[in-house]
Amino acid sequence: MISRRDFLQATVAASAIVGGSGVGAWAQIAARQQLTQDQLLDFDTFGNVTLIHVTDIHGQLKPVWFREPEINLGVGEVKGLPPHVTGQDFLKLYNIEPGTPEAYALTYNDFDALARTYGKMGGLDRVATVVKSIRAARPDALLLDGGDTWHGSYTVLKTGAQDMVDAMNQLGVEAMTSHWEFTLGIDRVTEIVDSLPFPFLGANIFDAEWDEPAYEPYKMFERGGVQVAVIGQAFPYMPIANPGWMFPDLSFGIREDRIAEMVAEVRAKGAGLVVLLSHNGFDVDRKLAGRVPGIDVILTGHTHDALPEPVMVGQTLVIASGSNGKFVTRLDLDVREGQLMGFRHKLIPIFADVIEPDAEMAAVIDGHRAPYEAEMSEVIGQTGSVLYRRGNFNGTWDDLICNALIEEREADIALSPGFRWGPSLIADTPITREDIFAATSMSYPEAYRSEMTGEQLKIILEDVADNLFNPDPYYQQGGDMVRVGGMGYRIDVSRPQGERLSNMTLLKTGEAIDPGKTYVVAGWASVNEGTEGPPIWDVVENWVRRQGTVTIDPNNSVEVTGA
Amino acid sequence: MTYTRRETLVIGAGGIALLAGTPAMASAVEEAIAAFTGGAEIGESGIEINAPEIAENGNVVPIEVSAPGAEEIMVMATGNPSPPVCRVSFGPAAGSSRLSTRIRLAKTQDVLAVARMSDGSFVQTTRAVKVTIGGCGG
Repeated sequence: MISRRDFLQATVAASAIVGGSGVGAWAQIAARQQLTQDQLLDFDTFGNVTLIHVTDIHGQLKPVWFREPEINLGVGEVKGLPPHVTGQDFLKLYNIEPGTPEAYALTYNDFDALARTYGKMGGLDRVATVVKSIRAARPDALLLDGGDTWHGSYTVLKTGAQDMVDAMNQLGVEAMTSHWEFTLGIDRVTEIVDSLPFPFLGANIFDAEWDEPAYEPYKMFERGGVQVAVIGQAFPYMPIANPGWMFPDLSFGIREDRIAEMVAEVRAKGAGLVVLLSHNGFDVDRKLAGRVPGIDVILTGHTHDALPEPVMVGQTLVIASGSNGKFVTRLDLDVREGQLMGFRHKLIPIFADVIEPDAEMAAVIDGHRAPYEAEMSEVIGQTGSVLYRRGNFNGTWDDLICNALIEEREADIALSPGFRWGPSLIADTPITREDIFAATSMSYPEAYRSEMTGEQLKIILEDVADNLFNPDPYYQQGGDMVRVGGMGYRIDVSRPQGERLSNMTLLKTGEAIDPGKTYVVAGWASVNEGTEGPPIWDVVENWVRRQGTVTIDPNNSVEVTGA
Repeated sequence: MTYTRRETLVIGAGGIALLAGTPAMASAVEEAIAAFTGGAEIGESGIEINAPEIAENGNVVPIEVSAPGAEEIMVMATGNPSPPVCRVSFGPAAGSSRLSTRIRLAKTQDVLAVARMSDGSFVQTTRAVKVTIGGCGG
């Protein structure tokens, strides 16, 4: 169905991310001044159907800095395959020159310096400009949101995500799926879903009691003379990875058979193009694409990967559109006689200083932010280091949070969950209250303080490590390793559960962790109901305020082998 | 325990026999299989377990076993202190040889099912189900 020529065409289109002149033009466009909105939006409209994909925006209405990961290990069959390629290897794989806008957008290298050159990325007002431009070229382009939208900022917390709901309605989203949405609590989710002008899809969401479908599984759209079926797949491990007590009557899961059933159903109804709008995570979707036939396109989300080219699994295109509003994917498809004949793809980087904000969207955003602007913009301290979250084992934002937990909660050891959301800050810039909330905002923020034995700590770390490094993607939950403060360890990612961790060491004394000894552990975001403690943002704010300027020392406390 | 209509039909058409607990030894699984099969050779095709990859609640894990043409299916939770779960037989009136129920899993383990087919042969399969502490990503 898809010829090699079509694939090359996609590669060239992807390469046109900044140049418009094809492969090899990177070095000539090394400065921001040479980037233009026209170049970023340049696209030779193709075929008869256009999909626009945004995902994992995590409440980021305004432009952000966002440093991509340095360490993102793949295990088993996906070792060394995208998205498990970072830094220089990523640049080589995709033929990108270091120091270019594309290198800045897609990798961590020289982040601090390049961020000063190329500025922030994202902002829904810029995204709106891009969407409008695509719709000018293809009026019936289909805009799909992969979820993790109603979460992650000060204003989301204060407005119950009404800010994001209004902004996405303004953007003209036509279907979405979900993950963190459910942490608003089922009552609020139901209230919002009832108000949405588009379907909230989740073929894999079932009533836990009766095992009956709880949400619309798919929606058919007629576009360019083609019946386009969009099947929604919510995050499969919702009640395990997030507090199930907030949506007690729902059951999720990958439910591969259910997806196959839905594909057959929409094909029988005449779908010429089948799209899975998924929050499975990249490796889960790659495996699913190889096992469930008949899906033309998987718009994947959850693991926050930004890939400048589709990954092909058989005849299925797997598209990863990044996170936090940094990118918009445009995918033009040629669908004839019920078959996908070709495609053209572009991962559009949203350079906030280059793309003009859309005035209507800016008004919606400003309207929601205005009542909170004073409290959000208050400067709490300064950072002397780049603060970022992404990375399998640690990031400086979580180092900061762990330091705060240990000192503010008088603990031996701190645990911070392996989240992948939360924008970055560059060095020597202020830390505002909004910045702290962008790294911590959630509906179960209690910073607990409890006692755990060395053995319990080992069990927890082994459990989380298996959620990340199980060689079968269907057993992975998609986050990163829990971040640990005050304790070092060695991890062999190639071993099975129970055998990965060793050399657990209490850093303040240099002594080995004793399985039978009890340690004071502070952490946050427990999935258990009834967790007690101050909200994590208060803990962090108090600590940052006391520090004045925060500097994070290089973290060498995790030794990784087997990668 | 709640039964869906389909489960009720399965139970109505067959007969369900919950097994008594046995010692928590790996050999308990082997012994139960041997007792069920009488030591006959066991094939691998024609039987399927459907279960979540990761249990949402280890206390009530939904499982479904189907083995078209089976007269009896035995299910074991191999990592439980008491591995036997149930033995379900399917009479001539059974529409299909399929059972579904919810079981308790003490920890991450393989769920195992063995079926006795109408020709007296046996088939077996396993499915790994993780029971995790939870935490989050994404």
